[in-house]
Order: sequence, then C-alpha cells, then structure tokens
Amino acid sequence: MNTSLRLRAGLVSIALLAAFLGIWHLATRSTAPVTTMSPEYAKLMGLTATQGKSAMPGPLDVGAKLWEHLKRPFYDNGPNDKGLGIQLGYSIARVGTGYLLAVLVAIPLGFLIGMSPLLSKALDPFIQVLKPISPLAWMPLALYTIKDSSISAIFVIFICSIWPMLLNTVFGVASVRKEWVNVARTLEVGTVRRAFTVILPAAAPTILTGMRISIGIAWLVIVAAEMLVGGTGIGYFVWNEWNNLSITNVIIAILLIGVVGMLLDQILARFTRMVTFPE
Amino acid sequence: MTDKFISIEAIAKRYPGAGGATTTVFENLWLSMKRGEFACVIGHSGCGKTTVLNILAGLDAPSEGAVIVDGQAISGTSLDRAVIFQSHALLPWRTVLGNVAYAVSSKWRSWDRAKVRAHAQTFIDLVGLSGSEHKRPSELSGGMKQRVGIARALSITPKMMLMDEPFSALDALTRGTLQDEVRRICLETGQTAFMITHDVDEAIYLADKIFLMTNGPGAVLAEVVENPLPRDRGRTDLHRHPLYYALRNHIIDFLVTRSKTFTTEKPDHDPRNVPVVHIGKPGLSIASNGEEPRQTWMPGTNPGLSA
Ligand SMILES: Nc1ncnc2c1ncn2[C@@H]1O[C@H](COP(=O)(O)OP(=O)(O)OP(=O)(O)O)[C@@H](O)[C@H]1O
Ligand SMILES: [Mg+2]
Repeated sequence: MNTSLRLRAGLVSIALLAAFLGIWHLATRSTAPVTTMSPEYAKLMGLTATQGKSAMPGPLDVGAKLWEHLKRPFYDNGPNDKGLGIQLGYSIARVGTGYLLAVLVAIPLGFLIGMSPLLSKALDPFIQVLKPISPLAWMPLALYTIKDSSISAIFVIFICSIWPMLLNTVFGVASVRKEWVNVARTLEVGTVRRAFTVILPAAAPTILTGMRISIGIAWLVIVAAEMLVGGTGIGYFVWNEWNNLSITNVIIAILLIGVVGMLLDQILARFTRMVTFPE
Repeated sequence: MTDKFISIEAIAKRYPGAGGATTTVFENLWLSMKRGEFACVIGHSGCGKTTVLNILAGLDAPSEGAVIVDGQAISGTSLDRAVIFQSHALLPWRTVLGNVAYAVSSKWRSWDRAKVRAHAQTFIDLVGLSGSEHKRPSELSGGMKQRVGIARALSITPKMMLMDEPFSALDALTRGTLQDEVRRICLETGQTAFMITHDVDEAIYLADKIFLMTNGPGAVLAEVVENPLPRDRGRTDLHRHPLYYALRNHIIDFLVTRSKTFTTEKPDHDPRNVPVVHIGKPGLSIASNGEEPRQTWMPGTNPGLSA
C-alpha cells in the first residue's frame, strides 16, 4: 500500500516533469520567420525575430549547458568567469559562516531570555522592532561600517537568520512542561545541569524548527545580498549572466539555487528528526 | 513534639483574584505526621490537596506559615522528599533506565556510570519492569509509566514519599497491584508517605491516618480519621473487618454531605486541634454514635466507591 503509493506518486512526478519539459520545448523551438513585422522592431528583437529563434532557451540548450558546467565546476578564468561550483561554494561558505555565528548568539541568548522573565520583558521591545527589518536594509550600514563587501554579506546573513532561531529558542525554553522542570527541582538539580538535561532536550525540537526556518531565509537572502555586493557567489553569477544576456546560465543558476536550498533544508530536517521525541 | 516528623504549621495559600481581591484556597492549616506513618488526604476536587502536597514538596511556597520536616523548616525541594506525580512526569527523551538513572545520578553525583546503572536497575526490578529498561516512556502502558515514576522516587531512598493521585489514571487491576507494591515497599523501608487520593478504598487499605478536607475555597482540615484496621491487612479481605463499613461510611458521609456544611455547622472548629476520629470507640468517634445505619451494606454493590 505504502510502496505502491510512493511508486504512483513517483510516476506522476516524472509525468509532470516530462509534460513541463515538453511544453517548454514546444514553446521555445525555432519557428518560421515572421514576415509581418516592421523592420525596426525586427532589429530591436535581434535573432528572435530575424531567425525565428526564441530568446528563451529550450530545455535542450539548458541541458547541454548544464552538462558543460557539471563537467568543469571549478574552473577559474578571472573575476567574471568562474565555475558554478566555485560560485556556489562562495555562497554556501557565506551562509554557513553567518548562520553559525547566528546559532552561537541566538541559542544561548534565547536560553537566557526564555529562563528569565525579566530579560524577556526587557528585551522584547528591541526584538519586536529589529525582527521585521528586511535584512537587505542593513546592507548600506554594514558596508559603511565594515567596509568589506564579503563580510557585509555575512553580516546580513547573520542578522536575517538570528530572529527565527532566537524566538523559537525563547518559546521552546519558556514552554518546557512544568512537570519536567519540577522533576529536576525535586531532585535538587542545579540550574546549569537542569538547562542541559531537561530544558535543552525538551526545547530541542522547537529550537531545531527555528534553525530550519533560518537556513531557508538565509539561503533566500544570500542571492539578493550577492547581487548587491557583487564579486563572487551564485547571486553575483545570476546578475552577471543577466548582464551578459545569457538566459541559459540564469536558468541553470536558478535550478542549482533550488537544489542547494532543498539540500540545506533536508539536512536540518534530519537533525530535527534526531532530537524529536515521541510523547 | 518529638514524634512529629512532619509538621505543617498554620500555612495559607492565597492567589490574587479578580479586581484586586485575593482568593484564599486555605488558611491556618495545621497537620502533622509521625515518622513511618502513611497518610492519605481525601477531599473534593479543587479544595487544595495538590497545593498542600506541592508546599510539602517545596515546589510551591505557602503564603503564610511554615513546614517543618525532621525539626527543620523547609525552604525548597529536597532529595529527602520524593514526589510521585499524578501525570508520572517521565522525561520522554530518556529510556526507563535513563529516567531512573537521572534521579540516581542527581543524588549521588560522584558515582560512575556503572554504579548508577546498577543501582537504578535494582529499583526497576523492584517495581517489576525488568526487561523494559531500554524502552522509552511512549512505548509503555499507563501502569508501567507509573511504575517507573515509583522506581524513580524510591531509587533516591527518600525519607518521605509524596504522591498526588498516583493511581487514579489506572485500571482497577493495575491499581490493585501497584497499591500492594507501594504498601509493601513503604512498610519495608519505613517510608513516611503522604498520598492524595479520591478512592476511599485505596485510603482505607493504605493509610494509617486519613485527613478529610472540606470543600474550597477556604478549605479546612476537618478531621483526622485513625484507621482501625490492623497493620497487616490484606487488600482482598478488607471488607471482612468488623470496622470496615463504619470507617467507609464515615468517610463517604463526610464527602457526600459534611464536606459542604462542615464550616457552617462547626464555627468553633479549631484548626490547630483537629478532632481525631477513632472509629468504633464510643465517646471519641462520630460515626458510631448509636445512630441507625442508613443503608444496608453489601460488599461490592455500593455505588460511589470513589468520590
Ligand atoms: N495559579 C493559580 N491561580 C489561582 N488559583 C489557583 C492556582 N492554582 C490553583 N488554584 C486554585 O487553588 C485551588 C486548589 O487547587 P488544587 O490543585 O490544590 O486542588 P486539588 O484539591 O488538588 O484538586 P483535584 O482533586 O482536582 O486535583 C483550586 O480552587 C484552584 O482554582
Ligand atoms: Mg490535585
């Protein structure tokens, strides 16, 4: 039953993919030159109009180009021509650094806030104001103070991934079942040991959920941040290829951004499953 | 004075109510227990039994008054007073062994892993859970979870056990077995035990002393009923004891009628000197004062077995 459902779902997925690729192919294949076009417009449209070739690459073009990229992911021909592997590597490294810094700040801070009603009340207005700020709005300030575009991008990742983790940690810690805390209290367990043996395991699923939301947001933001700061990274690659009018490369980049985002999410999902306990 | 192992002295619990008023759950409550005694508290829902137990455990502080255990006023929780929670309160991310070992390693911090495990294992065996040590609480039945709670409480060899309706969620059969076990363990280890229950028969079987509380708010400890049944009583032939029905009627009468009217009928009730009721001893008793019994007693056919 279960396996047959999976099998059928898989078949439907493949059919949908095939249909999508088919329609894409049909919509972008070469057609006969359109004769009823004014010559000025034809000039403007370039190849598209004069040769009946669509500017939108078809799936075969994209596939061929993708294969080319996959064969040489790490070449480096100067600042504007690097392999996709290198560009993705830069982006992942920035996300990783900013995200890890955010983890190091958000989880201990969230613990403190969650365990102390005083801190929780005192810091609440700051969090409420800072949380809704678009991470990219920090960019000019970051560039001005840090004066390094790469570190500024890391800072933006840090600031955007900190909020979901912080809020989930606070919530998870503050809503640990009272009876579990009472067990620790009747056993005269000290605050530090209680934090690690009762509160951390009890709040871990909520914290990990926050971390999973954060990694998703961080990966969304890195593309926009790299478009702004330029230089390296998958976001810069997308912008650069758009300036080169290479829609094929843009599509490939979009595809890879999606795949990497999915992988990051899956990794966090796996960690979440590891710390989740059945009640 | 020296025979009071536990002495609750003039405690009160108040909560801020609506519109600046305060709700008094109870006030000026006095209660004492001897070492090795088994006491049950009976009273209607909401009268403040759990509150008293939490204060005794140190989980909650009284608004007024003090609790003295073994000659010392308590301030907070202690490993000497183990609590068996109504909802068992096992840590779901730990196994059975892990839950008991957590308590053991909290009491004896210097013990190594092997020693902690061995000690925990003996208590798991004691409650009859050998073979389930590596299961998680979610894989256990309600009765098994409650046993883990008992093993955890016993494993720290406390001086007293506080139990909040430990068996109320269990079926009659499991409840019976666990009652036997708790009674045996308490007698063997000389525990002082304080148990909240809604089950009159459970109280009669287990308790040496039964505390009857009136309805809240403003609940008072109305009477202390001495259990006239011999210490070596068996669960199955309780009802054969000549005083069993007098005792049971007395408690049920209290729950059905007098718990509501007690405070108005006895305005001169002295909470410091709560009347001690000795069933079957004329002059001191209230239940057997010559009144005609209002019901005929037939074992097992009595409704309202638990209040
Ligand atoms: N945090 C609180 N704020 C206000 N009132 C409270 C609070 N906690 C308990 N109470 C009140 O105290 C009273 C006693 O509660 P408690 O839990 O001790 O009752 P109980 O005798 O254990 O009842 P049950 O048999 O249903 O468990 C109740 O009337 C309840 O409304
Ligand atoms: Mg209660």
